[in-house]
Amino acid sequence: MEKILFLACTQEDGVLPKAALETLTAAADLAAAVQAPLAVGLIGENVQAAADAIAACGAQEFCAVTGEDFASSRYASDAAAAEALVRKTSATLVLAPALSRLAKALPGVALRLDGRIETHVCAVDGALNIQRWYYRQRMIATLTRSQRPWFLLIDPGVFKPWEGQAASVMVEPVAVTLPESARRTRFVGFEAPPADAQTIRPEAELLFVAGAGWTKKQADGQPHVKVAEKLIHDFITKAKASLGSSKSLVDQTSEGGEVISLLSHLNQVGQTGATPRHPKGLATCCHGEEPHTVGWRFINKRRAVNLDANCGWAIGKADVLYVADAFQVVAKVNELLGD
Amino acid sequence: MSTGFHIVVCGSLVPDPLQTLAPVQGPAGPALKNELMLPAVLDPFAAHSLYEAANLAKKAPGSKIWLVSLGNKAKLQQLMMTVAQKVPFELVPLDGPASGFTDSFEVAAALAGAIDKIPNLDRSRLLLFGGCASASRDAGVTMQMVGERLGILDQFLAVDELKVEENGSLRFLERIEGGRYQVSVCSGPPAMVAWATGNLPEPPNNPQIGMQNMRAIMPALQKAQPAPVATSGITFASVTLPAQQRQTRIVKDASVEEIAKEIVAWIKE
Repeated sequence: MEKILFLACTQEDGVLPKAALETLTAAADLAAAVQAPLAVGLIGENVQAAADAIAACGAQEFCAVTGEDFASSRYASDAAAAEALVRKTSATLVLAPALSRLAKALPGVALRLDGRIETHVCAVDGALNIQRWYYRQRMIATLTRSQRPWFLLIDPGVFKPWEGQAASVMVEPVAVTLPESARRTRFVGFEAPPADAQTIRPEAELLFVAGAGWTKKQADGQPHVKVAEKLIHDFITKAKASLGSSKSLVDQTSEGGEVISLLSHLNQVGQTGATPRHPKGLATCCHGEEPHTVGWRFINKRRAVNLDANCGWAIGKADVLYVADAFQVVAKVNELLGD
Repeated sequence: MSTGFHIVVCGSLVPDPLQTLAPVQGPAGPALKNELMLPAVLDPFAAHSLYEAANLAKKAPGSKIWLVSLGNKAKLQQLMMTVAQKVPFELVPLDGPASGFTDSFEVAAALAGAIDKIPNLDRSRLLLFGGCASASRDAGVTMQMVGERLGILDQFLAVDELKVEENGSLRFLERIEGGRYQVSVCSGPPAMVAWATGNLPEPPNNPQIGMQNMRAIMPALQKAQPAPVATSGITFASVTLPAQQRQTRIVKDASVEEIAKEIVAWIKE
């Protein structure tokens, strides 16, 4: 018989991130579908508030590895904690959110326990078939595995966040003593642009994708990169959008050309970048065929603005293609959006 | 006393991203149609890690780079014609499938086994480099498993920057959610560093480096050990291309004002 463990780390504020609550929905649904007991395993400095918030998820068991050593992401301590929780619960299926912290730690844990791991899981059914993409969102596979424990990292944005009544739960502490060798790495902090300069907004309704066309020569024979930069900045500010970019545009940063300063490789979407999930996406000055378009594979409603009516980025991929000059259109949109 | 780093880069070939890919069912499970005929490139994130390795080795005299690569021997030879011209390294080839459908667990075992056998590799100076995810399997797990098999407890995922501090400690910037970086400091090697894009451009081809590398690469390829990694324990029910094709409405003759109004209404929906 299977036993399911929902495994998550608390955030700096002691609560579970949205992606973890989405994974809890998947875990609870799966437990019901295969009629397996559900356990919750948490890692963090103090997890009581997080555990209380999900008290009604149907888990028969809550356990946690807590303390200062487990407050922030570090491979050695997170792997030790996760290993202890899986051993304690004897879980055969471990569902965790595909967030950076556990994505780093769990592959090693799977190896230690002679288990296996699947990442970027976007569906799981009662027959334990999962779906995940291969070749960077170019093809989708349905598969299952015989090995246990089987770790499944669930992609954010696939399931609805779990919601339920909070209550006080008894969390069983699981002791993990770290050797000195596990403390060679020290967490220093986070680096992020100032809040008003942050252009990556995972919770945004809209993804604005800027393509290389923004830096090309315009009708007057000159590129207008600074104008493009201001238009894009104003748009994502007014529309509260997240900013994505094609590879060719962010690569200009390291190639010494005039660049749009808002962009770094963190903004890159596509084959070697991110494939974010947003309800809507507006692509501007983006060109290319299938391989370039995987960056907005998981955008539900898509529109595009560019000058080529036959553009492979848009035909068959976007709901609406506006054949127009993006400089003019975005300027007008900004005007209409007002302040 | 020895100085510098021993940098082992794990990276293999993937189909050129511009190629059309189609899945087929092979005798050992899913595969790509005409896989051996597809032009290949060095896996992009792994390529970044190789360039970062070369940059680091240049700054730390006494360093050495190995590229451990699992793939079809003939394809690896083709790939090396270009990659070998980029930066100096010694190739450790493993003759086996580079398919995205192989199991990362088995791939990690093969890579760790090959690294274990590298003569004169100083584990106390070891930096295990690779990409944070391949462009084929895109699981983002293989490097951690290789590190774990080699007993490396200091691991860093989606790294964009590695700085060696004056006291020899290593400062990392790792990509995390929301466009932020986590900053960590590790007291020194050994460490596993799974790179994202880093900050370096692709080095230009240097025929002299190419000739120097190829002198050792060709004999290494001839002696490449077979690595029959597979997909044991996995049952694929299907592998398909996304079928959804949207009916794109093309708006050609509308004014800028009309288009802008429609977009604003759509944003506010």
